Amino acid sequence: MPSLESPHWQTPLRAYLRGLMAAGQTVLTLVLFATYLGIGALAHDSHFSLGWLLVSTVLMWAGPAQIILISTLGSGATAIQAAIAVTVSAIRLLPMVVSVLPMLRTPTTKLRQLILPAHFVAVTLWVECFRLLPQVPRERRIVFTVGLGTGLVTVCLIANVIGYLLAANLPQSLGAAILLLTPLAFLLSTARNCRELADFVALVLGLALFPLVALLHTGVDVLISGVSAGTIAYGVHWMRRRRRA
Amino acid sequence: MSGFIGDWQALVVLVLAGFLPNELWRMLGLWLGGGIDEGSELLIWVRAVATAILAGVIAQILVLPPGALAGVPALLRYGAVAAGLAVFLLARRSIFAGVVAGEVVLVIGQLWWR
Repeated sequence: MPSLESPHWQTPLRAYLRGLMAAGQTVLTLVLFATYLGIGALAHDSHFSLGWLLVSTVLMWAGPAQIILISTLGSGATAIQAAIAVTVSAIRLLPMVVSVLPMLRTPTTKLRQLILPAHFVAVTLWVECFRLLPQVPRERRIVFTVGLGTGLVTVCLIANVIGYLLAANLPQSLGAAILLLTPLAFLLSTARNCRELADFVALVLGLALFPLVALLHTGVDVLISGVSAGTIAYGVHWMRRRRRA
Repeated sequence: MSGFIGDWQALVVLVLAGFLPNELWRMLGLWLGGGIDEGSELLIWVRAVATAILAGVIAQILVLPPGALAGVPALLRYGAVAAGLAVFLLARRSIFAGVVAGEVVLVIGQLWWR
């Protein structure tokens, strides 16, 4: 990145392009690409249209929520059951937005200027903001972030199209390999993001509890196993802290 | 273009069950601004539940797989993910190495299984 005083930051357009280019220079983009390739294949095999899939990536821009929506609707859940599962998975976006905002704001920033950067907040952009924004002059950070966001979304739309078409045309064994990208990439990136004991217990217990709850065929199996495993994980965290105190 | 987008009802469901319940939290975060403590107990619980829901979805794709993945024997599906996880841990938490290892096991396993 150029220095803070460099003429490279002089116009908003150049800052936007810097952001766009930054999307192509991180390893996380590769993980995102693999994930959205998998989501494309998942959407195809769950009988959603390609257009629907692309609209979902632009509007939702949250891999976990998209997978939850596709797999719950695809397995016959109602829209309300899907909406509840999506919204619970999306609560994590709130603290991410809250923590990115102070880096973007100047004393003259208006709330509406922050709507687009807030929409782009998801785990990848959030991580990259913390890494890159300190190297961007404050008055250019919003355009830079929007550039980064559009770059990442574009990469994922391309991945969606490729994944969808591959799932439609590849022999079954390779189609299966593309479908496996999604659970693999999510499992490993979630494992890497585990910071507290609660996160770790939630991941392991969440994996273990679902097959048991699925035997009940409630239609909201993911919700039941998720809320119980998450609450137990929180309980473990709470008890450990109390014992320490 | 009806084939590209599909029926409009699916799009309405996307907006109501996908976009709005998801975007709500971003806009709420924008509106709340700095008024929330990132390390608060409530948020630790929220993060744990969100992680467990995601874990459940991962398990759902593996246990009750969609489409082409359903043709792969269950043991091979679990084995591939276990191999991916093992390599991820051995390779100093490299997501890339783990994903590649899992995929290799799945593809080779399918050739071998027939």
